[in-house]
Order: sequence, then structure tokens, then C-alpha cells
Amino acid sequence: MSQADLAVVDTAAVRRPSPLWTFGLLRSELVTTFRRWRTLALLGVLAAVPILVGISVRIETRGGGQTGRGGGEGPAFIAQVTNNGLFLVFTALAATLPFFLPMAVGVVAGDAVAGEADAGTLRYLLVAPAGRTRLLLAKYTTTMAFCLVATLVVAASALAVGALLFPLGDLTTISGTRISFADGLGRALLIALVVAVSLAGVAALGLFVSTLTSSGIAAMATTVGLLITVQILDQIPQLHALQPYFFSHYWLSFADLVRDPVYWDDLVKNLELQALYTAVFGSAAWARFTTRDITA
Amino acid sequence: MDRPSATEREPGDPGDPGDPGDSTGRGDPPGPAAPGSPGDPASGDAPVGASVIDTRGLTKRYRGGQLAVDGLDLTVPAGSVFGFLGPNGSGKTTTIRMLMGLIQPTSGTARVLGHPMPRASRAVLPHVGALIEGPALYGFLSGRDNLLRYDAADPVADPRTRRARVEAALERVGLAAAAAKKAKAYSLGMKQRLGLAAALLQPRELLVLDEPTNGLDPQGMREIRTLVRELAGDGTTVFLSSHLLDEIEQVCTHAAVMTQGRLIAQGAVADLAAGARGRLVVTTPDPGEAARVLKEQGVADVVAAEDRVTGEPPERDLAEVNAALVTAGVRVRGFVVERASLEDAFVALTGEGFDVAG
Repeated sequence: MSQADLAVVDTAAVRRPSPLWTFGLLRSELVTTFRRWRTLALLGVLAAVPILVGISVRIETRGGGQTGRGGGEGPAFIAQVTNNGLFLVFTALAATLPFFLPMAVGVVAGDAVAGEADAGTLRYLLVAPAGRTRLLLAKYTTTMAFCLVATLVVAASALAVGALLFPLGDLTTISGTRISFADGLGRALLIALVVAVSLAGVAALGLFVSTLTSSGIAAMATTVGLLITVQILDQIPQLHALQPYFFSHYWLSFADLVRDPVYWDDLVKNLELQALYTAVFGSAAWARFTTRDITA
Repeated sequence: MDRPSATEREPGDPGDPGDPGDSTGRGDPPGPAAPGSPGDPASGDAPVGASVIDTRGLTKRYRGGQLAVDGLDLTVPAGSVFGFLGPNGSGKTTTIRMLMGLIQPTSGTARVLGHPMPRASRAVLPHVGALIEGPALYGFLSGRDNLLRYDAADPVADPRTRRARVEAALERVGLAAAAAKKAKAYSLGMKQRLGLAAALLQPRELLVLDEPTNGLDPQGMREIRTLVRELAGDGTTVFLSSHLLDEIEQVCTHAAVMTQGRLIAQGAVADLAAGARGRLVVTTPDPGEAARVLKEQGVADVVAAEDRVTGEPPERDLAEVNAALVTAGVRVRGFVVERASLEDAFVALTGEGFDVAG
């Protein structure tokens, strides 16, 4: 295109490229991801979990019985749900964190690059030119946004169901002290954030797997497979020396936020571990993606 | 969009960096590195030999050891409609992917718009529209949203003019009416058009179109060819790959021929076709006698079939050849030299038909 032609365009809109325009890709990525039926279906499944848990607890305790029986069964906090609906938030997060949440994240992360390669859209994004590093950052940011939204969907659904089926009010912490409902709500939000960050490792791992293949299904299956494998290995006592390095090992440490005072050790270890996984697999994904031949 | 006519502009003008009117708002214009005097506004004409694509010894060997592209020296002059010709599997697409920075060459260099690829992708690619190996779309998005997404991927595309540019591109390829439909409901021809629209979201200096008429009906093919000519008329260099010889012959000014990873010829289409000489065709009811006289007159490779006698025309004046025929009593109905087509040139170059490389 010659200068004369550009000049014509210029009179209509003369603008230097703004550094802000670079976020157009991220915005497009977010919009595209959250408008997909698949994403909405995943969020729908996640929202259904607290409803199922809430209703089953409600049915079981209808006869005036106590849920306190046993206490060792079911997800954490389930015994307290009947006393305070807010506990359903903690219960739902404890129930979805081992599998449902990371599986949903694995699907989104695994499909991030491989899905685009599969559809052939990757080559057009790259000649647009999206830039490989920029595209990868947009993909990871979007996956993390999905982690946050997914966690908040579970928490919000649980809060709504808890408020509908059970009484709300001041709550008793694991340590036995009582805190106000507002304080409890604050802690629930904090827990949701911690759970979302707990998924950063899986997201980075999924993104790395996604850069290895040109098949979206293969990448999703591999990521979810790794997730299950790690969860199983985490249960084998003989591997206790390795277990502190499994990304899922400290996941349930979020319960420590319901102590008074908060017990930080495992929470910090969890965050450190997630940062480590993000750094290692993020770098690996970057190294792989920026040097890879795009033949799909 | 209001476009100035082609005559007002120099297609090959690489964009003078010193020109005060050059407030393109699109970063530095990576025009072909003009060896002449780039800052001199008086030198209006295109620098001779300025090339939009220039490769030296470009080679790609895949991990399996397969040599897909072998020492390619390709030069695409600015302002040309360049046909990139070769059977399926001859390395055209691998070459295009290397030019677009999608594949790292094993050795050799590629310069696009004067800048090295893939290193200068960020500066070069906003000025290049590409259709590579058919369109690829998000089936769950509408045609319009597909274009909005591709445009958003370009960091130097103005978001304030995005919608208008998308509508203009849709209009240009005749998809405006189907813009709201989900792309998965598109026919192959519509997908091809949408892919083309994505390449036309911005005014481009170079368009790389890999088999752009694939999957289109004859009417669609004609429209695409018209569009290509129109774009070329605006001064855009068009790099068109195809395995259809007549397509190249119809729209291209220049061409290159590839087989089995190697470039076997490149140049102006007229020169390439001239390389394969035309054939003298004599139509006569006396083919036997005619063949004898033609051989006497120095016509080589004489073939007589029913009432047609053909052969390679001799160096001497053809009028004398005709006179000799008449003198010998041969009744001549027709006497003509059929111009060689690009297909003849191709067969002459490769000594083979136009089949898939083994």
C-alpha cells in the first residue's frame, strides 16, 4: 500500500498506535472464552455442585436429626452447614477443589493453544500479528480469569443456596471462637481468592501441555490425566517425600483461613508452590511456543 | 473506501521516511529497502529492482529429514501480481509459512518488505494480508466476530475504526448479508471469502494468497480474480500461489515455478511462456505433402494428424515457408503460430505433467 493511499485513510483517522491497543487481544480472548457454550456449560456444572450438596444436607437433616454423626464423612465443614449457611461456601469449595475446579481449568488451559492450532486459527492470529509471547500471556491471563470466575461461581452459588436453605449468622471458627457474619463473609471471599490462586499451577501445566500438541482434545485429556495421577500419588504414603512438591498437596490449606487466628504456614507453602509451578511451566510453555514451527 | 486511482501512485514506492505526509500511524512503514535515494521526494518512480519478497538460499528440512524447500532464491518485484506455481506437495506452502514467520528456516534468509523474517514479524506483518492453506475460522463465532477477533490480534490496528473496517472488508468480498451467521454454517466458498476479508482488514502492501479460489464456484473464482486485479491496480503486491496454470496466466504479471522443493524458473509470465516456443500449425487437406515441404523448409519436430500439420517454426521468415507450401501445390486452409501457454512452458521446464509430486 503506498503512502498516498495511507494518507487517505489517515485523514479519516490519524492515530499513532497506542500501547493500550495491545490489550485488544486480551479483551477479545476474554470475550471469546466466556461466550463459548463450553465455558458456560463448565460454569453451569460448577454452580450445580453446591445446589446438590445443599439439598442433600437439607434432606438428610429434615427429620430434626443432627449431621454431626461421624463427622469424618463428606467434605470438610459439612457438619456445620445446618447451623450456618455460610459454611456451605467452604463445603462447596472443599468439594470442588480436588476435581471439578481443576478439571474445568484443565479443559480451558489445555485447549488454549492446541485448540487454536487444531482449528487452524493459530496461524491467522500469528500473522495478524498477535506475537507469540503476547498471545501466550493473553491465554494465561484468560485461563487465570477463568479460575477466578469458576471459583466465584461456586462460592456465589453456595452462598445463595446456603442462604435459602439454612440460617445465616455469626459463625464459630475451627478454633472455637465466634466471629461476626460480616467477618465470615470476608473470609469466604478471601478463601475463594486463595482457591482461585491454588489453580495457577494446573493452569500453567495445562498451557504448557497445550503448546506441545496440535490437538485440543489430546491436550485437555493429558492435563486432566496428569491431574488425576497427581491426586492419586498424593494419597500413597510411601511417596511422602515427594508429596510436598505436588501442586495439589496444600490445596485444602484454605481451611486454615477459618481458624482464629489464621494459621498461615500451609497457606504460604501453597502459594509458593503455585508460584513455582507457574514459573517453571510458564517458562517451558514460552520456550516451546516461541520456537515452535506452526504447521497446523 | 475512497481510493485514488492507480495512476496517481507508484505501486513500488517503498514509502519515503522523510516524507512529511507520512503520518501513517502504523509504526515505521517497512517498505522495501530502497537502494536509491529514499528521502528524495523528487525521485517519484519506483526504484528498479525493489523487491517485496527476497529469499536467499532459503531451506527447510523437517525433523523427519524430509527436505521440503531446497535453496530457494525467490524475488518478488514490488507492484507485481506474482504467481507461485507448483504441484501439490512441491513446497509452496512451507515457503509461504517461512515468509510469514510461522516456520523457522533451516538455513538461508528471507526478507519481506525489506525486513528479515521471522525476526521483524512485528513490523512487517501488519502490512501483509495473508490467506494460508485455506481459511480457518471460529465456528462458534459469526463471520463478523471472526473478523473482529483477527483484527484485535493486530496490536497496531485502531480499535476505533475496527467495526468500520470489518464492515468494509465484508462488503468487499460480498459477505455483508451473511455477516451475522455463525461461521460453522458457512459454505466452503463463504469461508474462503471470509478468509480473504481477514486479509483485507487493513490497507496492505503485500497480499499473500495461498490457493485463494479453492472451493469456489466459477462465478466466485471470477470475482476473486477481479478482486485481485483491483487490489493490484491499487498498488498492492499480490503473491498468489496456485496449482491452476490458467489461473496464474490470467491474473499474474510474474511467476515462479517450483517442483520438489526447488525453484526451477521465475520471471515475467510473458518471458516464461516465450521460453517455450510456439508451434507452427498448418491446416491443409494435403497433410503428407505439407509435412514433406515443411521439413524441407527447416521445420523441426513435424507432426501430421488428419488435416493438421504442426512443428517448431524455423528461424527464417515464415512468409517464405508459406510461399514454399503454395508453390509445391499444397492447399493451405490455415497457417498460424500458436503462442505457447504457461502450461507448455511448465512441461518444457519440468519435462513432466502437472501431477502431485511423489
